[in-house]
Amino acid sequence: MATQEQQSAIKSAKVLMVGAGGIGCELLKTLALSGFEDIHIIDMDTIEVSNLNRQFLFRRSHVGQSKAKVARDAVLRFRPHINIKSHHANVKNPEFDAEFFKQFDVVLNGLDNLDARRHVNRLCLAADIPLVESGTTGFLGQVTVHVKGKTECYECQTKPAPKTYPVCTITSTPTKFVHCIVWAKELLFAKLFGDKNQDNDLNVRSNNPANLSKEREDVFERAEDEDIEQYGRKIYDHVFGSNIEAALANEETWKNRRRPRPIYSKDVLPESLTQQNGITQNCSVTDGDSMVSVMPSLGLKNPQELWGLTQNSLVFIEALKLFFAKRKKEIGHLTFDKDDQLAVEFVTAAANIRAESFGIPLHSLFEAKGIAGNIVHAVATTNAIIAGLIVIEAIKVLKKDANKYRMTYCLEHPSRKMLLMPVEPFEPNPSCYVCSKTPLVLEINTQKSKLRDLVDRIVKAKLGMNLPLIMHGASLLYEVGDDLDDIMVANYNANLEKSLSELPSPIVNGSILTVEDLQQELSCKINVKHREEFDEEKEPEGMVLSGWTQSPATNGDNASTSNNENAIDVTESSSVAETPTKKRRHSETQPESHKKETENVESEDDDLMEIENPMMVSKKKKRVE
Amino acid sequence: MDGEELTEQETALYDRQIRVWGPNGQRRLTKSHIFVSGIKGTVAEFCKNIVLAGVGSVTLMDDGLVNEDTLNANFLIPPDDNAYMGKTVAEVCSDSLKEFNPMVLVSVAKGDLSTLGAEFFEKFDVVVIGYSSRATKKAVNEKWRKLSKQVAFYTVDCRNSCAEIFVDLQNYKYTKKTLEETLEYELHFPSFHEAITIPWKLIPRRTSKLYFAMRVIEVFEETEGRKPGECSLLDLARVLEISKKLFMANSVSESNILDSVLERLITDTTEFPPACAIVGGILAQVLSRFLFAFNLLLMGNLVIFTREILVSQEVIKAISRKGEPLKNFFYFDAQDGKGMIEDIANYSK
Ligand SMILES: [Zn+2]
Repeated sequence: MATQEQQSAIKSAKVLMVGAGGIGCELLKTLALSGFEDIHIIDMDTIEVSNLNRQFLFRRSHVGQSKAKVARDAVLRFRPHINIKSHHANVKNPEFDAEFFKQFDVVLNGLDNLDARRHVNRLCLAADIPLVESGTTGFLGQVTVHVKGKTECYECQTKPAPKTYPVCTITSTPTKFVHCIVWAKELLFAKLFGDKNQDNDLNVRSNNPANLSKEREDVFERAEDEDIEQYGRKIYDHVFGSNIEAALANEETWKNRRRPRPIYSKDVLPESLTQQNGITQNCSVTDGDSMVSVMPSLGLKNPQELWGLTQNSLVFIEALKLFFAKRKKEIGHLTFDKDDQLAVEFVTAAANIRAESFGIPLHSLFEAKGIAGNIVHAVATTNAIIAGLIVIEAIKVLKKDANKYRMTYCLEHPSRKMLLMPVEPFEPNPSCYVCSKTPLVLEINTQKSKLRDLVDRIVKAKLGMNLPLIMHGASLLYEVGDDLDDIMVANYNANLEKSLSELPSPIVNGSILTVEDLQQELSCKINVKHREEFDEEKEPEGMVLSGWTQSPATNGDNASTSNNENAIDVTESSSVAETPTKKRRHSETQPESHKKETENVESEDDDLMEIENPMMVSKKKKRVE
Repeated sequence: MDGEELTEQETALYDRQIRVWGPNGQRRLTKSHIFVSGIKGTVAEFCKNIVLAGVGSVTLMDDGLVNEDTLNANFLIPPDDNAYMGKTVAEVCSDSLKEFNPMVLVSVAKGDLSTLGAEFFEKFDVVVIGYSSRATKKAVNEKWRKLSKQVAFYTVDCRNSCAEIFVDLQNYKYTKKTLEETLEYELHFPSFHEAITIPWKLIPRRTSKLYFAMRVIEVFEETEGRKPGECSLLDLARVLEISKKLFMANSVSESNILDSVLERLITDTTEFPPACAIVGGILAQVLSRFLFAFNLLLMGNLVIFTREILVSQEVIKAISRKGEPLKNFFYFDAQDGKGMIEDIANYSK
């Protein structure tokens, strides 16, 4: 049990939990059992079936309800007298500003994406409230403590970069299954079922686009009276047949590459599927649209089974038909969702047919779903362990026991006999642009790049700003907000389309920009360096930002909203924060006197040890092929 | 392998964890039967974890009546005395656990652990003994060791913010697959009695102090006729005296650090809830990994892939260790935050 001092610190504390998912459920339970009496929870998600194996506060009957609210109600059943307030909302909403954060004694994160983690980190810094951060994947987990001025902030260390692939790899020269998945999900699925106005690189770039692209565009339009199966076959033949054929015409591309094989529906499928077995008529439609599936009617039961080309082709056509037959209203605004069974079936089939064409090994629906949805492996036990460790750190933070703060790794295999390995937290990184004032450097072609490119690719994607404002000297070039008048909005929109050097206050080599997010209370300076050329393969964004921590690996939810034309983001969300890769001796971060003392401590206690890259835990990014 | 496939319902529910240990690992879990005795905070956490993971069945034994004390750290018992009045801890916990996962069979067994016959344990793959006296643990362990079927035996104790897990897998065979060959290994686990009576001279100096502290407490409780966990600061002098004697008898110089650990362990024996979550998690993890360690190649493709991209010494070590079970003690102390594995066996024999 907790000591007297601990108990009084716990009783009087007001804590904010962000995330009521895998870690969140465990955390809320452990906080309540430990005697915490005033807890706020923020979570925007609703409960899904695949949560039930570990988010133990939820039952099947809760599917579709707010996680924050159901978690609160469940915990109140065994600790009825405590005060829990649930917010079914996005933590990035403006109501959760620094003022809101200031009412708490400590913030505890149980989040599943870097984007939100970075946002909370900034608000905690702005409000000067300690943050205990956590993440798990499979058997691995990590808990870290972030106290302004005392320990590093969440963004002091470089985070893994989101995996981006050059457009041409995805559209023309895939070599791995993940490339086929990205193509199927971000291009084909988006083209057929998503927003028609979005730019899309689906078509192969031909040497004379002028006369081909118009005609191709029309392939995806379905005429009012067009038979769905005919339409499906037309799409099939276009993307797997004639598009490949067109690409093959470009001999240069295939000089050192394996040539793909065009695939046409007539070679794989019988004349007419509808006459054959009338699949669409008796397909199973169970509760809710997301449960529509073609698998039962095709006799495919096991999601771990590998389908051959014919089966994939059948799934492709039948899934497409089913979208038009049962979910017509959604077409035009669908984005890929890993919990949408029919979408997963369609993307799996499309990716496999493309893989077949390019001689890449095929994958099962289960595997494809994992890749497409960036599904983080999750086990209940790791979340429980991590939640326990979060509470232990939270209590130290409440007692302001700064020299006892630890970051703890939960390992899969023991390292120096330890399965749970505590290490001392690092000091703040003096060159961190988030918690220090170090300027960033941006290399960009100031004549060619538009302000919009800067906003989308740097300010939003890399700096993770939500409501940005850009200033050059005294001139305000861009801002976002509800309270702007129409004239300002028109001005800013006009600025977005201008190249940097044509702006009212021209941005040229040597310009210094100020970029701010008022909600996050984050402001940073960017030194601009003009550069003519960028390598299309290595620098697909056409600009290079240095002195920054990497961009958030976008999470499944928001990846598809990326409208970056030159690179395709693949969402490899990582839930375990990065461990420092550089070796840093603890003693280096210790004051001299403390160092002496620790050396004299008998070997009884080796708390203060060197981190030898404690473990790769960190980079635990899921391998995607 | 086993022929039976997971049902659609199972695949949907266990999706995220199948991605960790594969369908064969999941199938093995759904076929295992677990016996658990002595339910307080840590064991409640453990039960929650294995029920969520989807083991075949869990049989609970704890005839103690629910009262104020049993509520501490145990979220399986709602604090409503109308609901639990007259019911045993096992009955109330069983009701709560059933709700977590309708696919797991949760039941209650009545009786006295120390007088159960060996045949009782025959139907279980895994036996977990929480919060029992040294004599009871020893008696159950000995009966269990005589069974023909190879199963796993664990004990777990959590006091204040410290905990001990003991593991006995008897003679445990496992295989490691490398690209070229499959290697067979066999590990010999000492019995509970052997593991707690090893001469202290033979135990490496850097072994967790908790090992010694727990042995001192066991002797104290046994000689004073106390129930597990029944002690207070008033007993400190007697406990320290026993400690001194044990160190002398083992011809090992006493450690000062042990005194402060002992003081913490007897001052307050109620469990610290975060420690329960951690130790209940570790025990479930150790158990589930034991259960599906039989088919390594099939079980963890995804996990291996995760690591493959990281070229580091540590990684290679980690992969080669795959499938090796925890041997044979685990210690956690919330004060320093370490979770240590100790291999304590009489290697001189
Ligand atoms: Zn920082």
